[in-house]
Parts: sequence; C-alpha cells; structure tokens
Amino acid sequence: MEYLISCQHMFYTYHTLQGETPALCDIDFQVKPGEFLSIVGPSGCGKSTLLSLLCGLIQPESGKILLNGQNVTGKCSIGYMLQHDHLFEWRTVKKNILLGLEIQKKINKETLKEADELLKTYGLYDFKDARPSQLSGGMRQRAALIRTLLLHPDLLLLDEPFSALDYQTRLQVSDDIGSIIRKSGKTAILVTHDLSEAVSLGDRVLVLTPLPAGIKAIIPINFPPELSPLQRRNTNEFKDYFNLIWKELNLNEL
Amino acid sequence: MNSNTLSAAQIAFLQAHKRRKIRIHLYRISILILFLFLWEFSTYKGWIDDFIFSSPSKLVFCCYHMILENQLFYHIGITLFETIVSFLLVMLLSLIITILLWFSKSLTETLDPYLVVLNSLPKSALAPLLIVWLGANYKTIILTGMSVAIFGTILNLYIGFQGVDPEKIKLIRTLGGNASQVLLKVILPANLGNIIGLMKVNIGLCLVGVIIGEFISSKCGLGYLIIYGSQVFKLDWVILSILILCCIAILLYSLIGVLERRQKRNM
Ligand SMILES: Nc1ncnc2c1ncn2[C@@H]1O[C@H](COP(=O)(O)OP(=O)(O)OP(=O)(O)O)[C@@H](O)[C@H]1O
Ligand SMILES: [Mg+2]
Repeated sequence: MEYLISCQHMFYTYHTLQGETPALCDIDFQVKPGEFLSIVGPSGCGKSTLLSLLCGLIQPESGKILLNGQNVTGKCSIGYMLQHDHLFEWRTVKKNILLGLEIQKKINKETLKEADELLKTYGLYDFKDARPSQLSGGMRQRAALIRTLLLHPDLLLLDEPFSALDYQTRLQVSDDIGSIIRKSGKTAILVTHDLSEAVSLGDRVLVLTPLPAGIKAIIPINFPPELSPLQRRNTNEFKDYFNLIWKELNLNEL
Repeated sequence: MNSNTLSAAQIAFLQAHKRRKIRIHLYRISILILFLFLWEFSTYKGWIDDFIFSSPSKLVFCCYHMILENQLFYHIGITLFETIVSFLLVMLLSLIITILLWFSKSLTETLDPYLVVLNSLPKSALAPLLIVWLGANYKTIILTGMSVAIFGTILNLYIGFQGVDPEKIKLIRTLGGNASQVLLKVILPANLGNIIGLMKVNIGLCLVGVIIGEFISSKCGLGYLIIYGSQVFKLDWVILSILILCCIAILLYSLIGVLERRQKRNM
C-alpha cells in the first residue's frame, strides 16, 4: 500500500532561554490517500506543533516525514487551515480567497473562474465583494477553506478549524466542511479537542499523550460510507467510539 | 440600517445630532470673533500697547503690505516647501529603515540603543551643529526638520511591525509565501492605519523642526521672519507669522485627515 504521508519516529523540542520543551516524542504514523485522520489530545500537548512539522514550516529534530515518498519542504502541496480563519479585513472576501494564488503567482483566467465556481458552490458568491467582518462565523470558515482548496493541496491539515464557532454553527459547519472534503476525495488530517467531532469526521482517530506528545492509540472508525458526519452522530456505535477514546485519553491521568 | 424608511425616532435622533453639530460650530466661531474683537477693542482703548501686542487691524494692514512687496508668499512658500520635503523624506526613510530592521533581527538589536538615545535627545541641540557642518541653506533646515521626527517614527513603526499577529504571518507561510510576501501582504497593510497616524504626528513635528532650523540660521521662511521681526521690534511680523503658522498647521493636518478618511472608507 502506497502512503500519502508517512511520519517516521519524529521528535521535536522547543528551545528557549527559559529552557527546553520536548513537544513531540517518537511520532510514527501513516495516512493513505483519501483517508480522513482525526487527532485528539489534551490541551497544549503539541498538536499544532505536529501540523507545523507535517507541512514543513519547522523541521523535526530527528525522524522523517515523507509526502508521496518525498521529503517535505516548504513548497509542498499541503493545505493548512489554521486555528482561526485569519481573513484580512483590508481585503474583500474574493481577494481573501485569492491570497494563496496571488502568493504563488497562479492568478489567471482558469483559476479566477474556479474561484467564482467555488464561491457559488459554497454559497458565498453574493458576498464576494463584502468585507470578512460582514460574514457569519460559518461563512468565514468556508471562505478560509476555499482559500486553501484553490491551491489544490494533496493533503489538508485542519487545526481546530471550528473552535471559534458556537455549538450549533459548529455542528453545521463541521458537517458541511466534512462533506465537502469527503466529496472532493481529499486526504485530511484534523486536529480537535472535541471527541465527538473526531469520531463524526474521521476514518481513524489518533490519540496523543500529554506533553511531550506521543502516540497513545490509533482507533479505526467504521461507519457506512454514505453517512454524513451528522448522521454518524445518531448511530449507536458513535457512543461506543466516543467512550473508547474518552478512556484512552483519561488513562494517562491515572 | 440602510433602509429607506427611517422611523420617526431615528429621524428625530439624526436631527438632534445635526443641530448639536451646528451649535458647536457656532460656539467655535463666536470664540474666535469674540477674541478678535476684544483684542482690537483693548488696543483701541489703550488697555494694551499695540506696539508689542499688535492688533487685528494692524495685522491686516501689515499682511496687505507684505503681499504688495511680494514678501509674504515667498516666506510662506519656503517654510511650506521645507516642511513638506522633510515630512516626505521622514516617511520614506523611516519606512525603508524599519523594513530593513524587520528583515534582520540582529541589526535591530544592534541599533536599538542608538535609536533610543537619538530619539530622546532634544533635536534642537543638533541644529547648530548641522548648520556649521552643512552651511546655512535649505538643505540643513530640511535635515533639522527630519531629525525631529525620524527616530521616533522608526521606533513606532517597528513596534507596529512587531505587533502583527504571528498567526497571520504563519498563514502566509502555509500558503507558500516568503519573507517579502509576508511584508507586502500582511505587515504593511496591517500597519496602514498606524502609518497614517504617524504621518499626522510627523507633519506637526517637521514643522517644528523646520522653524527651529530657520530660527538658528536662515535668511528666509516664517521662522526667520519671527526671529528677525523680534530683533528689529517689528512685532506685527512676529505675530502675523505665528498666525500663519497656525493656518499652515491646520492645512497640513487636514490634508492628512483626508487621507485617513479615505483609508477608513476602504477598510
Ligand atoms: N514557539 C514556541 N517556543 C517554545 N515553546 C513552544 C512554542 N510553541 C509551542 N510551545 C510549547 O509547546 C507545547 C505544544 O504547543 P502546541 O501549540 O503544539 O500545543 P497544542 O496541542 O496545539 O495546544 P492547543 O490545544 O492549545 O492548541 C506547549 O506546551 C507550548 O508551550
Ligand atoms: Mg494548537
């Protein structure tokens, strides 16, 4: 089996004048193309650090990350959705979603047309000339997703993309975005605090230990493929998975 | 909010607001008129000596004569020119220097104590030195104007650059951007308001610097007119120049105000 991304015995430590913080400890896992991996772990355990390493913003102290068998560099086709949408208030919504293309100098007729189509598909076309502050939380998140998708990443990294939303919007948007990603067949890694979100979206759930993050368990989630994230929440197995992961997380504290 | 049918209460509120604005304007103008009237009246009655305090009518007369002799606009023009050039150079140079500092952390740390010292130094202390070094010409005066504003501007701009959310910078990085794209797409746009705020402060500071320079050595400009007028007891000139300086300050300030409103509208 060919893996899209494979982390091999990865370690990472932050060095500051106050001392060193080991953040990641022997992280080793693989993700297949088209798979959706959820990562859960206690607060401050190194989840964001892991994503920064995966997309090549920082380099591991030891170990390797291979994307399609190649070393990850800053220029790889990895899309990263940060913890906040970071839409720029001095740009219109349309200009915001074009930011990535602009930086990579890929603005042309086709990409502009594609941007318009994505705006239409995700219900933002009427707001393309609005300022981000005029959008609702869910719309902002969708705009941030379009900004990422326009670069056609092989791998999507999502760092608690829904954490800024209130509970109801959060359910809707995660259902929304989860379905979008699944339909487009993208490989995705989602970091979240929310166990039910991890179960409702993921094909597998990776549980991390507290700082320094190591792999506690990898739990495969099996649902019929036609179920949407919201429908998954209504099944009986959902509760079992939830409890299983809950136990794994809390075993650490005993 | 932008519906066409405003409620009666909203209309009443808007009207009250408008009336209040007009009232404030009236107060402002009455203070000016009252002041001018009292000034004129007390010199007329001989309560104050119009040789040292001048009077509105004398000033108008003086102004008229200086215009006839082609003097006034010449001096105003010189001061205005020097102020605007030093202002533009301050903004340009401090932007360039701050960008260089932003690119190199070691450079910043090396230069930091020098910038702090130069910023807290009273710049008028430098002016006599500059004049000896560079001669008494308009270049020196422009430099004096710049010296008043530039160090503080660099320090302030740098703090603004540093204050940009690191996550926004990370966003540009994740989209594959390099340092100069971080600068162009995030740092500069995020600091636009800050830059315009500094422009507002600097236009005044440059005017102060230019006048200091003209005080110390110059044969033209309003600063020269003030010093020369006080030496030959032409206090009409002095007071007229000060009033014109007020007008220049208001004019320059409102020019930046236009810029600020335009930027706010684009936000
Ligand atoms: N730039 C840095 N320098 C030093 N230490 C850091 C730095 N960034 C993060 N850390 C430390 O590394 C640890 C992991 O941070 P990280 O941001 O990866 O956690 P996280 O799991 O994403 O947290 P959260 O759940 O709050 O998002 C934290 O304890 C943090 O204090
Ligand atoms: Mg985090």
